Amino acid sequence: MSLLRTFQTGLRGLTGHRLRSILTTLGILFGVAAVISTVGIGKASADSVTSRIASLGTNLLTISPGSTFAGGVFGGGGSANTLTMDDVRGLRSKDNAPDIQAVAPVVQTRKSLVSISSNWSTSVQGSTPDWLITNARTVSQGSFFTNADVASHKQSVVLGTTTATNLGVSIGDSVTIGPAAFQVIGILTQSGGLAFQNGDDLAVVPITTAQDELTGGSPNSVQRVLLSATSSGTVGSAYQEADQLLLATHHINTAANADFTITSQSSVLSTASAVTNTLTILLASVAAISLLVGGIGVMNIMLVSVTERTSEIGLRKALGATPGDLLRQFLFEAAILSVLGGLMGVALALVAGALVPRFTSIAVTITPEPVLIAVAVAAAVGLVFGVYPAMRAARLAPIEALRAE
Amino acid sequence: MPGNLIEIRSVAKVYGRGDAAVHALSDVSLSVADGEFAAVVGPSGSGKSTLMHILGCLDIPSSGEYWFAGEDVSRMSESQLARVRNRRIGFVFQQFHLLPSLSAWRNVELPLLYRSAEQRRQAALDALGQVGLADRVNHRPTELSGGQQQRVAIARALVTNPDLILADEPTGNLDSNSSREVLAILRGLNEGGRTVVLITHDPNVAAIPRRVFTMSDGRLSEGVAA
Repeated sequence: MSLLRTFQTGLRGLTGHRLRSILTTLGILFGVAAVISTVGIGKASADSVTSRIASLGTNLLTISPGSTFAGGVFGGGGSANTLTMDDVRGLRSKDNAPDIQAVAPVVQTRKSLVSISSNWSTSVQGSTPDWLITNARTVSQGSFFTNADVASHKQSVVLGTTTATNLGVSIGDSVTIGPAAFQVIGILTQSGGLAFQNGDDLAVVPITTAQDELTGGSPNSVQRVLLSATSSGTVGSAYQEADQLLLATHHINTAANADFTITSQSSVLSTASAVTNTLTILLASVAAISLLVGGIGVMNIMLVSVTERTSEIGLRKALGATPGDLLRQFLFEAAILSVLGGLMGVALALVAGALVPRFTSIAVTITPEPVLIAVAVAAAVGLVFGVYPAMRAARLAPIEALRAE
Repeated sequence: MPGNLIEIRSVAKVYGRGDAAVHALSDVSLSVADGEFAAVVGPSGSGKSTLMHILGCLDIPSSGEYWFAGEDVSRMSESQLARVRNRRIGFVFQQFHLLPSLSAWRNVELPLLYRSAEQRRQAALDALGQVGLADRVNHRPTELSGGQQQRVAIARALVTNPDLILADEPTGNLDSNSSREVLAILRGLNEGGRTVVLITHDPNVAAIPRRVFTMSDGRLSEGVAA
């Protein structure tokens, strides 16, 4: 019997028991849909975490004052003020820290910005030109402030695109921040969507000016220091250099008593992606088990079908069907059920992937790989679980089978 | 022996082993020439069905030889037997054995699916025409009377143009009118030159010129037993 005819015979066998066939495909349908959508949700969350962290620059090290455990109690007596401009100057030394490319001290506050046409409240950061390097940012219009601007306490400001749009200002316009008027000298290139902290809604001013006019406090203290290693391969040694240097400068003997914390973005990134990968694998395994259960459902129904159709099998054998013909017929029936269930599962997953993000905050990214894999696995499940019932059918003795009524 | 379609020599069939062994057939020999009409009668349990299974290549004998159309079928594999059944034998069963989900012509088409045949639908329609059911080709078996169902089954046996029509109690589930119709069709097929072996205890078969064999306790003898 040709494969096409076997396929048609299998199809006719299934349409003869329509309700049962549909119910059997449901198991595979939901299994495949579950695998695709859980992997899609995992992929979406992994992507968003990775892009959020990667957009901060993988060469980046952040030094924060105090540590969660030491709490600054052993250090300077105040958790927020243990980092100084002296530390920054020390870190800039190429002799002591050859693997550190850029050092950007940061002070930060939240202020209302007022233009002629509008006002807008946002994060205002005071820093140095190295801020561009450590944050992996560029300027799309105008320019960033220079070291000379920092030294001269110049009242210049560089805005994110969102901030500039909301204030309705462009290069050369004046913006009032707190008590002082600043001139807009540059607009940052758009950084893309960052949900935690919007990289396009901020203002950057020279750190000296910020300390004068906005944050108050000692002109020597900084809130945190951003470091950029010379390459992603030297992040480790840059970390060591910064750690040794600050311990020495702060006269601290044991690392456990350190009054600062250094975190690297790449370590955060790898931790985060390991966590999301584990979660995705966990979810997909649960979904895969449901696919397996669906496959066992196919086997059950095929076994029932073989038992119920014993006399049909006997008749087909009497009419000249070989054991191979019957093996193929029942394998085809199982495979058609699973592939059909698999394709409907893909359809359901695509619909869910389009609707879920619209009505909830859950993002779903459906990529071709899990779709292809899920359908292939569904077909394989059907074949594997169809083999046993099909062999039962093929091995039935024709006279026994004919006798059954 | 040319002209002998069926040549059975000293065939025995034993089910089970040792003390539990059942001798369904003992030393059965039978020759049926091409074009003959043979009727096998006998009480139930006499081995008629076992003989029919062996004749129909559905089962192989425990010992002895069976030559069918010049081929030794007693040594064939299951696939080879399937091929012989498909090419050379048309079966008619007491229970009809029609597939309820298929229409009449799809049922008749079934044996053609297991060989490379063109124009299967036309062949099926022709066979249905031969048994007088040209106007019932799209009916399901449940929409047909018992006699009509058995005629569909006969059309299914005919469609492959077999050497032998093997009918096992074909009238066992039919009223006497339908029985006469079915027997008339079988007689007509025989008169058209086809070999028919009929296993039956229907008295209506007496109207047909035939050879009669009697099965009794697994042994076969020609003529009606006293």
